[in-house]
Amino acid sequence: MKALHELRSMPSRSWLGVSFDVAKIRQDFPILEQRVHGKPLVYLDNAATTQKPQAVIDAIQRYYSQENSNIHRGVHFLSERATEVYEGARLKAQRFLNASSTRETIFVRGTTEGINLVAQSYGRTFLKDGDEIIITAMEHHSNIVPWQILCEQVGARLQVVPINHDGELLLDEYRRLLNERTKLVSVAHVSNALGTINPVKQIIEMAHSYNVPVLVDGAQAAPHMKVDVQELDCDFYVFSGHKLYGPTGIGVLYGKEALLEAMPPYQGGGDMISLVTFEKTHYNILPFKFEAGTPHIAGGIGLGVAIDYLSRVGLEAAGAYEQELLAHATRSLCAIDRLRVIGTAKQKASVLSFVLEGVHPHDIGTILDREGIAIRAGHHCAMPVMQRFGVPATARASFAFYNTKEDVDALVQAMDKVIEVFG
Amino acid sequence: MSDLSDLYQEVILDHNRSPRNFKKIEDANRTANGYNPLCGDHVTLYLKLEDGVICDIGFQGAGCAISKASASIMTASLIGKSVAEAEALFDRVHKMLTGGSSATADAQEMGKLAVLSGVANFPARVKCASLSWHTLRAALKGEQGVTSTE
Ligand SMILES: Cc1ncc(COP(=O)(O)O)c(C=O)c1O
Repeated sequence: MKALHELRSMPSRSWLGVSFDVAKIRQDFPILEQRVHGKPLVYLDNAATTQKPQAVIDAIQRYYSQENSNIHRGVHFLSERATEVYEGARLKAQRFLNASSTRETIFVRGTTEGINLVAQSYGRTFLKDGDEIIITAMEHHSNIVPWQILCEQVGARLQVVPINHDGELLLDEYRRLLNERTKLVSVAHVSNALGTINPVKQIIEMAHSYNVPVLVDGAQAAPHMKVDVQELDCDFYVFSGHKLYGPTGIGVLYGKEALLEAMPPYQGGGDMISLVTFEKTHYNILPFKFEAGTPHIAGGIGLGVAIDYLSRVGLEAAGAYEQELLAHATRSLCAIDRLRVIGTAKQKASVLSFVLEGVHPHDIGTILDREGIAIRAGHHCAMPVMQRFGVPATARASFAFYNTKEDVDALVQAMDKVIEVFG
Repeated sequence: MSDLSDLYQEVILDHNRSPRNFKKIEDANRTANGYNPLCGDHVTLYLKLEDGVICDIGFQGAGCAISKASASIMTASLIGKSVAEAEALFDRVHKMLTGGSSATADAQEMGKLAVLSGVANFPARVKCASLSWHTLRAALKGEQGVTSTE
């Protein structure tokens, strides 16, 4: 038998009919070359964070070695240069989401901060006692807790759309929850724990029929599918750079301009003002009104380069390839005795959560790690999902377009090892 | 490099499969809850103390093989021990799990508990093994509320 790493070094072009030169793509990700516990690294924790292509690493290195300076405030060469690159990245983010202008693309630390911004700025201004906020049973904690905090502050109530046993939203229940007290809907585009792709366009349409704005948590969607905020007609859309092959500490909040204009600043400080006296402060124009203080300049620049990289790879081709990986992995894992996939929605992104009867996911994670395979074991910051399915945790393999069929096969083989240890 | 078999020793797998003292004690006079927010493991510990001696002990909960085996082995080794002895054992186990003592010295001193020493080489799993022990300490101190590994 050939060693796994030999197999893996063969190009995986065109397996199952999808033409995608994954061998070539893998060369762009230096981290993938390493060995872990003496085995070739098989990185299947992409829903937690993705690896970075050399182009992103180079851009950050270039920024700090040639461009570093504070932005929006210097008259000198470097400051102008840094401002230009940083604002160039914003333009890329705007096009990536098809926002109508850069006034609508706010740089934030990530999805979590974006949601908190909306909760505190929009929520505290426009929600009051007795109002209702609708979320779903498959939300990440970062799309639950900010709303709970807001509810405590203003006396609003959280309503939760339940899911069925496949991990799909019950839209009829959603329809029933919508009413004149509903003031905001916040929903994941793709579930990080289950992989479910939610019908957000329909969800938004239904909310809009009650004049209710909708925030879409795109943390797990933006890396896998084309997002067009105008086509969706969402009111807010948030994603994290680090799950999109970019740096940590940077993300984007899209908001419709009219809403953002009506909202007060989230934080106060430099950059978000146009004029300050001790009597009164005039806030800066959008998007700067929401960007207090020196931002993560290198992060923004790195994210811009990641977006460029993604468009070179082609999100559509990458997404189709990831679907093939998911199908192959689902088929192979389901063939394992006593293994149950959690999250079997018809529309799924490349996230595969599973449990093995008699073996805790944490133990699966440790054994796979010794085989060089990185997966996530735990509740995936979605404890209500775990409760819904009656499991304390799941093991989760999540795929990116640099993964190969051989990575999936290595995972399946390593599961044999788990079964061997636990008998 | 530490081997997987140092972690998943036969004794550990056995305690995982058939945990000892996996029961609720109705007339317990000390109970404590332990929780590991990282992985969702939780344990409830029941102690019956008489004249400063642990005369019965049980646990319930859900967790990985390491946390379950650790709790099981712990309960098995605590019956008949005084509170002071139990506290001393906590200190030694804590040292062993965090790699603060040599494995060979432990093997003799620690008896059955030494099977947990392999955990020290798996830093990500130390909290799994120590959950029940931290919960024990809370129970001995009569602390209310939930003990967390974080
Ligand atoms: C669906 C979803 N929402 C929100 C988040 C939070 O993202 P971040 O930690 O980058 O702010 C995540 C990340 O795990 C996620 O998967």
